[in-house]
Amino acid sequence: MVSALHRALLRDLWHLRGQVAAAALVTACGIAAFVTMLSAYRSLERARDDYYADYRFADAFAQLQRAPMSLGAALARIPGVTEIDRRIVEDVSLDVPGLAEPATGRLISLPADPSSGLNRLFLREGRWPRPGRADEAVASEAFARADGLAPGSRIGAILNGRWEELRIVGLALSPEYVYEVAPGMLFPDNRRFGVLWMDRDALAGAFGLKGAFNDLALRTAAASSLEPIIGAVDRLLEPFGGLRAYGRADQTSNRFLDDELSEIGVHATYVPAIFLGVSAFLIYMLLARLVATERGQIALLKAFGYTNARIGLHFAEFALAVVTLGSIGGIALGAYFGAGLVGIYRDYFHFPVLRFELSATVVGAAALIALGSALVAASTTVRRAVRLPPAEAMRPEPPKRYRTGRWEAVHALRRIGPSARVVLRNIARRPWRATLSVIGIAAAVATLVVGRYAFDAVDELVVAHFQSVEREDAIVNLRRVGGAAAVGSLARLPGVLRAEPFRSVPVELRFAHRHKRSVLLGIPGSGTLHRLIDAQRRPIGMPPAGIVLTRKLAEMLGARPGSRVQIEQLDGKRLRFTEPIVGVSDEPLGVAGYMDAHTLSQVLHDEGAVSGALLQIDAAHRMALFRALERTPRIAGVTIRAAALQTIREVMDRSFLLMTVVMTAFASVLVVGVVYNSARIALSERGNELASLRVLGFQRGEVARLLLGEQALLTVVAIPVGLGIGSVLCRLLVPVFDRELFRLPYVLSARTYALATLVTLAAAAVSGLLVARRIDRLDLIAVLKTRE
Amino acid sequence: MPRARLARRMSRKQPSIARLNTSTQTTLATRPSAILAGRNVSKVYRLGDVEVHALRGVSLELGAGEFVVLLGASGSGKSTLLNILGGLDVPTSGEVRYRDHVLTTATDRELTRYRREHVGFVFQFFNLLPSLTALENVELVTEIAANPLPAADVLGRVGLADRLRHFPAQLSGGEQQRVAIARALAKRPDILLCDEPTGSLDYPTGKVVLEVLERANRDLGTLTVVITHNAAIAAMADRVIRISSGEIVDVQHHATRARPEDLSW
Repeated sequence: MVSALHRALLRDLWHLRGQVAAAALVTACGIAAFVTMLSAYRSLERARDDYYADYRFADAFAQLQRAPMSLGAALARIPGVTEIDRRIVEDVSLDVPGLAEPATGRLISLPADPSSGLNRLFLREGRWPRPGRADEAVASEAFARADGLAPGSRIGAILNGRWEELRIVGLALSPEYVYEVAPGMLFPDNRRFGVLWMDRDALAGAFGLKGAFNDLALRTAAASSLEPIIGAVDRLLEPFGGLRAYGRADQTSNRFLDDELSEIGVHATYVPAIFLGVSAFLIYMLLARLVATERGQIALLKAFGYTNARIGLHFAEFALAVVTLGSIGGIALGAYFGAGLVGIYRDYFHFPVLRFELSATVVGAAALIALGSALVAASTTVRRAVRLPPAEAMRPEPPKRYRTGRWEAVHALRRIGPSARVVLRNIARRPWRATLSVIGIAAAVATLVVGRYAFDAVDELVVAHFQSVEREDAIVNLRRVGGAAAVGSLARLPGVLRAEPFRSVPVELRFAHRHKRSVLLGIPGSGTLHRLIDAQRRPIGMPPAGIVLTRKLAEMLGARPGSRVQIEQLDGKRLRFTEPIVGVSDEPLGVAGYMDAHTLSQVLHDEGAVSGALLQIDAAHRMALFRALERTPRIAGVTIRAAALQTIREVMDRSFLLMTVVMTAFASVLVVGVVYNSARIALSERGNELASLRVLGFQRGEVARLLLGEQALLTVVAIPVGLGIGSVLCRLLVPVFDRELFRLPYVLSARTYALATLVTLAAAAVSGLLVARRIDRLDLIAVLKTRE
Repeated sequence: MPRARLARRMSRKQPSIARLNTSTQTTLATRPSAILAGRNVSKVYRLGDVEVHALRGVSLELGAGEFVVLLGASGSGKSTLLNILGGLDVPTSGEVRYRDHVLTTATDRELTRYRREHVGFVFQFFNLLPSLTALENVELVTEIAANPLPAADVLGRVGLADRLRHFPAQLSGGEQQRVAIARALAKRPDILLCDEPTGSLDYPTGKVVLEVLERANRDLGTLTVVITHNAAIAAMADRVIRISSGEIVDVQHHATRARPEDLSW
């Protein structure tokens, strides 16, 4: 049995269905955003945790020159270490069929029993390499799929200077390469970088590492702290060319995964907050109007003896009904989008299983948040309904009082016509409502701006970095440090216009109590292909003495120009020296220290040593060059700039389109919600007034202008406000994207501002048209007989 | 604007008082100066399954400058007739003409133009825009009129020269109604339609409003139609048309009109 009040509630909901739908939709967007991001977050986190646990992802890692296997006993005795894995890891140049440029392959040794040890592989397809077979490899699934490789495919590889043909026998995934990105890259380029796992003895033979290892992974007891273990590992590995050991936090793939998780975490808080705030405002407006139009009914109910509590509940239930509708829609929508987002993650993060999970906790939290926003929305209006004394409520509402605003003293406004005055005075009469409307619309504008920020910033980052800093067409890394002759031979390859040598030294930098593992690059003072830049992106010359740090690295060390940093060479002679910081370079990608190549080689006592070369290429001869590079021994890897940029573009375009569509839809819902509801309420409040004007001979358009002028003006005011808020929010996001791997600059394109403006205007116009249609339905006859 | 200039402007448009006087002497059917006429006007409303005959074949002609009172009880059909004459409603059958325009076949846009250019409305509940002052309420209409009177002058004529900057909420009912009359007259309509103009006013205020209507009719020569259920008002009309159950049951001509101040109810 439905009570009479409940029937009244249903009728009110139906009668106000347009506005109820708009408010519910805004709620739905907020809840959907919450559910999407939180469930994607939890799905990703769950997949990561399970994968890391089941496949025994290592807790710490170290690279070294070469150490005997016998060192394992000492490593395993370090307190807190539970398991060690001594591996051989080498980067080589690959010749992949169908790929013009050379690819980089990371070869990793497999233990005798491939399903044991740390960082275990998940074999998706095929089989393990047979023991002792030097020509069999298991390829990472993402790499194989991107290059159309399958078990049975063959690729060329230069193993320690010898060209070999490898046969792919299986496809696998590793917890170490969930995000499979080449060193120094932001986005995975699965066509040109891939991991290959091979038989240990075969690799040891090829690289002269029989009875030795050059890479260490270890697991620690859950309770033990990492710092002392890393210290002990470093001490043991130091005589063997150990580069500093590091924990999961600095492991590339894991770091990207963590960054992504913390990023969704940030979005998962402010996006739903914006939407639920606006939906609370809309419900508040709806309820306030409902209480105003139902004054008589409220009085009657009170006269009949309904308690204040029951009447309060009646209006609270209205708010509850709206958010319930919104929540159901939002949870469904969130589940849909969440599954979509997890689908996108599958392209970037490679797990054996990445399943979308909609947990009861997320749904419950969403419902609670929605309930909270309903209560906030209902609290004031319900109190107003409850406080209404029955006798007063029986009388119609007192006539609306208006007054001349202070703005009317402004000379320029004195000449405006009465219609414009109606619009302005209506705004001035309810300044709070106008302010909240402006905030609501501005929130939509800001959402659009923030949604596009990352794309604008990456665009700018790419331009800034690759036009100003890394200006070469290709980077060639030598397998071992060589002499000037090596660069000379590279310069003579076909299509090479210019070859600039560079020296790359793994170092640990220390300043005061802080230390940071990084790389020190020696570049020639006369070089033009790799430049240092200031904050305005102007090139700064390489000083002949001292060290230049990327700004991020200086910040991480807490050092500034003039500070003297201690530098420890981590390979070769392991020299320690001190250099003053003579400059900072504002490059947006990665961190490094720079020294003049000549000065650096003097300090390191290895005159003329080079690690590789930066090449400027004649595009017409690039194919010939690539072929030559693929067959050149001594090369560990080649990075082609154009290919890297194309990858970034492709990745951006794909996620960009989806993001823009979703953001546009969400922001439109916000604008429609605010404009449509405000205009409907204005129509309900001033319907009589407008119908009178129709009787007096005002055309529909003229009446529509009077009704919608207010919303139009508020929208026009809200757009610059929203652009401003969006810009400020993006500025606040800059620290979120200030990472060691990359730093997004604060930049918003004119296109972003234009898109935000156009979408908002279009959504406002559509809402206006929807309401304007109702002007036709004004009852011109009833108005002659109705009291305000 | 000086009174003299205002009077000149009015005399350009309006027929002479002499001609108005002759029109009151002629019979209903042959009135040569009729500007608004209805022939066999019927209106049937459907309320659920019930058909309500609001008007049953009403014919009438209204002359320029006439002061007509439509008298009837509530539900008699007088409001329906007024709505149809004002272009707010269309009859189920019959024809309504304004000069040489047939209103019954006009589009919504044409009817709006008819109301805008030729008809002034005065409502029982005034229906002023609360957000505009007295002056601005009148200006709202003069803004869209082709050849309006200056808003301040018209308000002066209805005795509100010192209330121009007041908002409706700051005016008494009678004052609000006078603003409404000024708003209706300012565009110099041919026809002024008043629906129970004193219906929500007290006795003295009501009389002041009637005086304003009477003077406007006399000075401006606007055809004025007042509907009311108050028989006492009928004495000030040139013609009184009684309506009952959707039919004209009686037409009375007055050779001389009573002055509003002499009326009592």
